[in-house]
Amino acid sequence: MAGRTGGGETIMATSEVVHAHAAPQGFIRKYVFSLDHKVIGIQYFFLALTAVWVGMFLSLLMRIHLIWPNANLPIVGHLQPETYLSLLTMHGTIMVFFVLTTAPQGGFGNYFLPIQIGAPDMAFPVLNMLSFWTTFVAFVLLIAAFFVTGGAPLHGWTGYPPLSAVQSTGPGEGLGADLWITSIAIFCAASLMGALNFITTTLDLRAKGMTLMRMPLTVWSWFITAILGLLAFGVLLSAGILLLMDRNLGTSFFLPVIVVNGQLMGHKGGSPLLWQHLFWFFGHPEVYIAILPGMGVASQVLSSFSRKPIFGYRAMVYAMLAIGFLGFMVWGHHMFMSGMSPYSAFAFSLLTMAIGVPSAIKTFNWLGTLYKGRIRFYTPMLFAIGFVSLFVSGGLSGPFLAQPTLDIPLHDTYFVVGHFHLIMGVAAIFGIFAATYYWFPKMFGRMMNEGLGKAHFWLTFIGTYAIFMPMHYLGMAGHPRRYSQLTEVAYLHPLIPLQTFMTYAAFITIGAQFIFVINLFWSMFKGPKAADNPWDATTVEWTTSTPPPHDNFGGHTPVVNNGPYEYGVPGAARDFVMQTDPKLGATH
Amino acid sequence: MSTLAPNFAVKDPRARDAGGGSPPTFGGGGNGNGGGGNGAFDYGERLRRARLGLVLGLTAVIMLFVGFTSALLVRKGLPSFDAQTNTYSRDWVAINLPWALLLVNTVVLLLSSVTMEFARRAIARQAALAPVKSIPGVSLGEERGFPWLGSTVILGLGFIAGQLLVWRILHEHRFFVNTGPSSSFAYLLFATHAVHLAGGVIALIYAAAASWLLHKPVEAQRIVIDIAAWYWHFMALLWVYILVLLMIVR
Repeated sequence: MAGRTGGGETIMATSEVVHAHAAPQGFIRKYVFSLDHKVIGIQYFFLALTAVWVGMFLSLLMRIHLIWPNANLPIVGHLQPETYLSLLTMHGTIMVFFVLTTAPQGGFGNYFLPIQIGAPDMAFPVLNMLSFWTTFVAFVLLIAAFFVTGGAPLHGWTGYPPLSAVQSTGPGEGLGADLWITSIAIFCAASLMGALNFITTTLDLRAKGMTLMRMPLTVWSWFITAILGLLAFGVLLSAGILLLMDRNLGTSFFLPVIVVNGQLMGHKGGSPLLWQHLFWFFGHPEVYIAILPGMGVASQVLSSFSRKPIFGYRAMVYAMLAIGFLGFMVWGHHMFMSGMSPYSAFAFSLLTMAIGVPSAIKTFNWLGTLYKGRIRFYTPMLFAIGFVSLFVSGGLSGPFLAQPTLDIPLHDTYFVVGHFHLIMGVAAIFGIFAATYYWFPKMFGRMMNEGLGKAHFWLTFIGTYAIFMPMHYLGMAGHPRRYSQLTEVAYLHPLIPLQTFMTYAAFITIGAQFIFVINLFWSMFKGPKAADNPWDATTVEWTTSTPPPHDNFGGHTPVVNNGPYEYGVPGAARDFVMQTDPKLGATH
Repeated sequence: MSTLAPNFAVKDPRARDAGGGSPPTFGGGGNGNGGGGNGAFDYGERLRRARLGLVLGLTAVIMLFVGFTSALLVRKGLPSFDAQTNTYSRDWVAINLPWALLLVNTVVLLLSSVTMEFARRAIARQAALAPVKSIPGVSLGEERGFPWLGSTVILGLGFIAGQLLVWRILHEHRFFVNTGPSSSFAYLLFATHAVHLAGGVIALIYAAAASWLLHKPVEAQRIVIDIAAWYWHFMALLWVYILVLLMIVR
């Protein structure tokens, strides 16, 4: 990073001081190929914002097609069944990788992890920049799949072979599928770079006094998420390489003897289940990669706006560690239908249900934090409470699906779609919204509009429940997922009004997101100026100016004396004590 | 490095003691920097941080090979359906690897690891002596050490050339990437290892270029070479693992 202009040791030294103090002045180095973790965080945020609109548009097309299968839509025209599968694949891939993985970790983690631990930047700024731009390339490649011959792939975000491993299985399975796998592989590399940086930064760059048990729960959540990413993405990368070889080099890792369109392929001896094992060894931790940062933000916001210390800080940390640890041992619950041994299924089932314990600890601790709190119902708080609500509603169907006997009838029905959308999709998105409304003042120096924020919350909260709760009922009624057109199936006729209701709810919920975007961009330029600590919060990011200077603390290094959530402190001058305030008395 | 650092003031601020309690490294009245932080010139700290980053990066590489290894073990045990006889059989055919050549390549790679270690130690010594050399009037004489780094690059490239030769021999024996699972895995493991090693070669060339062209201070060079060296040793270890794995499952 430093001394690039070189020419002698003195210049080397000077340029390092410059990096520590002032931002580079050129537009390209300041805003495009920036080494500043704050700029990179905002870049990640806007990449995720772009991706979420693409993903949301695809979901709207699917919802319209489900109730009006013969509609002639603008841009896409009459949807073919295979186009529906392409939309489904791209919706899932974009949302999981480029929204749920990118925004909470790459976006907010990048921006706030160094500031919250009192560091001037990430441990490896160049790697950080590379990580973002690699993610960007991965996104461009993925979107390019729409525009190549045959279009986007059909194999779903889980990419199960044989569909994904043979070029001739469908229109999108040619170049489109190759682009998809390449994009995922590049995304893996980017995530690994990010994970490495997050872990090193947390372990090595904490300010004086910032012990591990004084770290905000947000930092803990990003840290644990990074560990999960470090261990999971390498395995997905290995699976992706094997899949590319099966597709293009004629190997048979995942392909048995197979006949496609009446033609015998040259493969033999491989196993599609091998892919499922490798994929879900990554895939299940990925669920926690998406949700853990949301848990961190919810904890932070609930404590701040209840004016109470977080209930059971240590229990929260250990619960997150337990969730991360158990997350690596439950991948088999995605494969109960694969014909696995009932003994294996039993083990996976038991371990999966064990995750209910740390999850319940977290939930009760959040409720304990709210209990008798002097609650301030600002928008971030509403979204944090919404997160808890969705986490419970989406999480409770988990133990249902964790049991093989229940999973067998419910698998491949809308019950699963409802479950994972609530817990992984919407709950994580609520975490992202809570983070956006909470940290926007620090990031952009202005406040977001509260009225618009509250309207956005209520429409989104009710809207997402209206979309995803009925899916559980559909699933129990036997409505299969992934099919493009079921309006003509007799036993599903009574469910059409419910599907119609969900589509209308989707229209309204997506409409509500315009309120968010208008609020975001309007506030960025026209919102009232924010104070350094507008929420009376305690963590280190609120001690520095708004927005923070290039080196975060203007040449100072903060010294931390207190825990992260000292609210409602008896005898203190204010009702909160910041982490950098003088140490609280021994009596407290 | 820190043991030889002088206690008196020197011209170059880089030469300060690497240990804790060093004065603030840039203006503004910072509070020292106990827990590890922004000591921009603290090369000892930067080295430790880079090593931590390397360990984590290697963890990711290990997980990649864990994925490959588990796929290999599962794939080897899988029966294949034979449509003609309507029975299942195993399609794993033992691959005839050119073991003699592979052994030579292994020796070359291990040798390069040794030269790399000498390069690492040489630069560590230079970095430790740098503060002494910066004292006006002090000269330790011109050192012309053996070009360990260059030797490592040449041996590394030699290893990759040897691996290409292995590929050619396999081709000549009609073992292609899609011949059977055993040859698929052999090509896969060889290629993935070679790509990672090539990354190491690029890092070494970068280190050399940085020292000659950008006149980076010797302590900064030392960090790059130290990281490259540990990465290189890991690559040698990984290669031995791959070879043993292929020997066992052949």
